[in-house]
Amino acid sequence: MKLAIASGKGGTGKSMVAANLAFTLSRTEQVTLVDCDVEEPNLHLFFPAPATTTEVTVPVPVVDENTCQHCGLCGEFCQYGAITVLSDRVLFFPELCHSCGGCTLVCPNDAIHEEPKRIGTTTISTPLPNLKLISGRLDTGNPHAVPIIRAAKNLASEDPVVIHDTAPGTSCPVVETLDGCDACILVTESTPFGLHDLRLAVDVAGRLGIPAGIVINRSDGNDKATLEFCTDHDLEVMMTIPFEREIAAIQCRGDLLCRVRPEWQNAFIALYVKCSTLAGG
Amino acid sequence: MIRLAVISGKGGTGKTMITAALAQLLHGNLVLADCDVDASNLELLLSPKLIDTTPFMGMKTAVIDPAVCTQCGECESHCRFGAISRDGEVYKINPIRCEGCAVCVHICPVAIRMQPRQTGEIMYSETARGHLVHARLVPGAGNSGLLVHAVKKMAMERDRNSDLFLIDGPPGTGCPLISTISGVDMVLIITEPSVSGLHDLKRVVEVCRQFRPRIFVAINRFDLEQSLTKTIQHWCNEEGIPLIGMIPFDPQVIESVRAGSPVTQAGPSPAAQAIRKLADNLEKEMTHHDTQRG
Repeated sequence: MKLAIASGKGGTGKSMVAANLAFTLSRTEQVTLVDCDVEEPNLHLFFPAPATTTEVTVPVPVVDENTCQHCGLCGEFCQYGAITVLSDRVLFFPELCHSCGGCTLVCPNDAIHEEPKRIGTTTISTPLPNLKLISGRLDTGNPHAVPIIRAAKNLASEDPVVIHDTAPGTSCPVVETLDGCDACILVTESTPFGLHDLRLAVDVAGRLGIPAGIVINRSDGNDKATLEFCTDHDLEVMMTIPFEREIAAIQCRGDLLCRVRPEWQNAFIALYVKCSTLAGG
Repeated sequence: MIRLAVISGKGGTGKTMITAALAQLLHGNLVLADCDVDASNLELLLSPKLIDTTPFMGMKTAVIDPAVCTQCGECESHCRFGAISRDGEVYKINPIRCEGCAVCVHICPVAIRMQPRQTGEIMYSETARGHLVHARLVPGAGNSGLLVHAVKKMAMERDRNSDLFLIDGPPGTGCPLISTISGVDMVLIITEPSVSGLHDLKRVVEVCRQFRPRIFVAINRFDLEQSLTKTIQHWCNEEGIPLIGMIPFDPQVIESVRAGSPVTQAGPSPAAQAIRKLADNLEKEMTHHDTQRG
């Protein structure tokens, strides 16, 4: 079972749902939690433990200035504007490079080869006996989140139960995380912002063909618009978490609702059962 | 023109709510941009009247002509983005995965070509406080950094005589955020008193320091976890980052978001008062900025 927790809007409680779900399930089975919000990974804050770190690299071109004839073909070919060829040297802008390898293919003089460049890390830890935590972490200042997400997901590819925490938004990082998942939980809040972005998230999940269910977080009881949207789009509201200052405070401190108030564990087990149905149906 | 971006690192800390209130409070001629192009929400608080729409063409996407394709599979083996796969008798390109590198066209110029693809639209609107440039990215499309760049460019070109360019930024530290803060004069980072808020604040400050803007911080819902608020205050102090706003938790904020207006429009409330103070502090910093520039 590969599950993703996504939302569209940021700060709706994705990590909170992911962390509590993983914590609760790990009491009875082996669970892998993958933090795919690599721009701002947070799950390790809820599960402090010693971790093994591996660098994530991408191939980037290196030009051999002795062989290069400054013909300019590589610069013309590069769709990202990452290479500018001057009459006597080649300028390379690594932050624009997508590592497609095109420049090495078009060079008539074999003057370009690729070398690995670090863009971030993945870490693996075992904070609880049955819980494996994998976190992707993009180096600050680096724009390309997708290769880190891919690397983090790969580390969990053989694991039986995997919960992926997704970045906010609806673009490439979200698509990369959702791709290949059996189901996704979309966490929303009952505000016009929450609903606006939930629509987008439902759209992305639909385009990728991934069944989705809804969790309403911080509900103050005014959920009518969200519930109507869910009914209209045949989406099940699988869980509703009320707004309570104490729940917010538990999360703020980096603690887990299901650890502080174990009576919540049943609700998360029920959520998982509903996700399994969603994935199977 | 002073360019000010409101950002956060962590999502959901209150960027948009605060940007909308600042738009109402800050003096001078304004132009506004919503650079959270994945999930743009500023329009929900500013009741914009649409003036015009411009299609946004992202990177071109490769397409295979099945009539010419000989199913040799060379394109698939050279694509580093997993965008090409065999589907029965034909090879197909998945436009969601294609990053527009054109390597496949180089490998097979006969059967594959690059095709322009509209991946979003840019909207230019009128609001009570000036023009707003906002955008819609096709859900699941890439190139949000490019779209952010296009949004900023339109605002700066069409409203070049504005005194202040106020930007509602995206969460995160990746490509849309970097595109948002490049070239701005000041960033206001909205954080919250949580371990995640502090962690993400530190990372986004690291990114900002690789660019040139002056950095300011405001803590939203500061009273939800006072001990973490103290930690953030202490950290800002040590780092020499001015903490210029402390906004309390206030149910009026959600009421106003539901009513579709800035919280400062609803009359005096604890949050509105605190944002007024924040706006005053920003005004002072901007005057200072202008004086320094001469």
